[in-house]
Amino acid sequence: MKTIEDIRRDFPILGLQVNGKPLVYLDSAASSQKPMQVLNAYCGFCESRYANVHRGVHTLAENATADYEDARRLVAEFVKADPRGLVFTRGTTEAINLVAQSYGRKFIKHGQAILLTPMEHHANLVPWQLLAQYTGAELRFWPMTEDGRLDLDGGKKLLDSRVAMVAVTHMSNVLGTINPVREIAEMAHAVGAKVLIDGAQAAPHLPVDIGGIGADFYAFSGHKMCGPTGIGVLWGRPEILEDMDPFMTGGEMIREVWLDHATWAEVPHKFEAGTPPITEAVSLGAAVRYLQQITPEWIAAHDHALTELAWEKLTREPGVTGYGPTDNRGAIVTFNVDGIHPHDLAGLLDREGVAIRAGHHCAQPLMRWLGVQATARASFYLYNTPEEIDRLVDGIRIAKKVLHVV
Amino acid sequence: MEFGSRKRYCTLFDLYSEILLDHYRLPRNKGRLDHPTVTVEGTNPLCGDELTLDLEFEGDRLSRVTFDGKGCAISMASASMLTEILQGKTIAEVEKWIADFRAFIRDGHAPEGVEMGDLTALIGVSKLPVRVKCATLPWMTIEEGVRKYRGS
Ligand SMILES: Cc1ncc(COP(=O)(O)O)c(C=O)c1O
Repeated sequence: MKTIEDIRRDFPILGLQVNGKPLVYLDSAASSQKPMQVLNAYCGFCESRYANVHRGVHTLAENATADYEDARRLVAEFVKADPRGLVFTRGTTEAINLVAQSYGRKFIKHGQAILLTPMEHHANLVPWQLLAQYTGAELRFWPMTEDGRLDLDGGKKLLDSRVAMVAVTHMSNVLGTINPVREIAEMAHAVGAKVLIDGAQAAPHLPVDIGGIGADFYAFSGHKMCGPTGIGVLWGRPEILEDMDPFMTGGEMIREVWLDHATWAEVPHKFEAGTPPITEAVSLGAAVRYLQQITPEWIAAHDHALTELAWEKLTREPGVTGYGPTDNRGAIVTFNVDGIHPHDLAGLLDREGVAIRAGHHCAQPLMRWLGVQATARASFYLYNTPEEIDRLVDGIRIAKKVLHVV
Repeated sequence: MEFGSRKRYCTLFDLYSEILLDHYRLPRNKGRLDHPTVTVEGTNPLCGDELTLDLEFEGDRLSRVTFDGKGCAISMASASMLTEILQGKTIAEVEKWIADFRAFIRDGHAPEGVEMGDLTALIGVSKLPVRVKCATLPWMTIEEGVRKYRGS
């Protein structure tokens, strides 16, 4: 078993000095850093196995195709899902757009409803708004409790036979709320709705069992889970994917093409038009192998302990307000400091080498719900330590001094 | 392959210079005028900056300008600097300052022959797209104020 020191050594960037101070990276919810194992896989693949996939008959083409398909299997195993339903996309955003377009436009009709929550990232809100405008479907929003959880009874009242799709985040990227997605899927299926889970925050941090959740669609991004940018996943039930129309069309996704029509390749290839991000997919495979070796259970426990500690230390500071549930939260603490604009806080922390996020976190409706314009957010991952939380707290004290807030 | 063997560091231009912090902590011309010729409001919805400028004109001269509002240190300091520089200037001079400030932020250096004074402290934002709007908010707001005055 690796120690936290071993893990930190795997991530070269953590040795960086930023503005003269050792980097404290507390922005993994936006994007995680990459271990050597992934960097080596990326370069190694380009150095000795790279070619286009599913096309050539030469050795390199075969190697590349094998690696690409191995990555699909590895990633599917990581989230306990059938690899036939695993479509590589550019990320969560593309995955959700794919479902809204290819499933939504074909199967969600005027008079039906799409049930969302006010805590969704714009990526799981705007595609549905567009679909609703296109089809005339209605948007409904799951009510929330005051501490930022979904009100299950309130949601039940909105679930009737007109609801065609329930799209919910597994873990909020602002509040850190972990939603009871298995229960939600059951409630949705009871009225005949399909369920899409936005797993962008959950897949990196929690052991995910898509089969166990019972989701029809599950989306996540490689770059938040130690993989590269430009690669992500849509998992869909193969039988649903088969009924859907393609999202993008062109090469790779066809079976036969005539001048006036074409037939589609089998799923999941039907949804992978054009040359896919091959190196990125292979590197995502290396990332999940890395996470699997450390184990999602260890990561979840580590994140949980850090988050509890950070919540306790931050909310004990005078003038600090924390947002979201006080327990069972993901590796995110969103907060504000009285008298300090979050952008200034992030700017002044940066002088201390501490990287946090400030702004609306692509969740403007949720900011309105919280009654704030913007917030600061610290997020944690497998490589963070309790000492780094002390550096954050010290940085907040320094920021208060610099701006004369006492 | 070897990663992490290099000694690596990176630094950012320090936005929070003493000049900027001085304007933030001790804002110049902060408050409201009793009888402004023109009042203009500016907002930056993405980060919640809110700014009100009271302008008092005498003929073609901006005789007084005050600001009020809330926002980040960059926007508030930029507003404070603006009032200090533009107070007492002619409209033509005000307009030239607005154009020069724009060019300064866009190009990352002062236009030929222009002495930016305290505003030099804001140059760091030209490399930080998210903060450009904070620094320019007061300048876009006063531009609107001048337009209003000219139109009236
Ligand atoms: C909950 C959630 N959904 C969706 C996204 C969008 O992910 P991406 O930008 O990788 O497509 C993010 C990441 O910012 C997120 O946190």
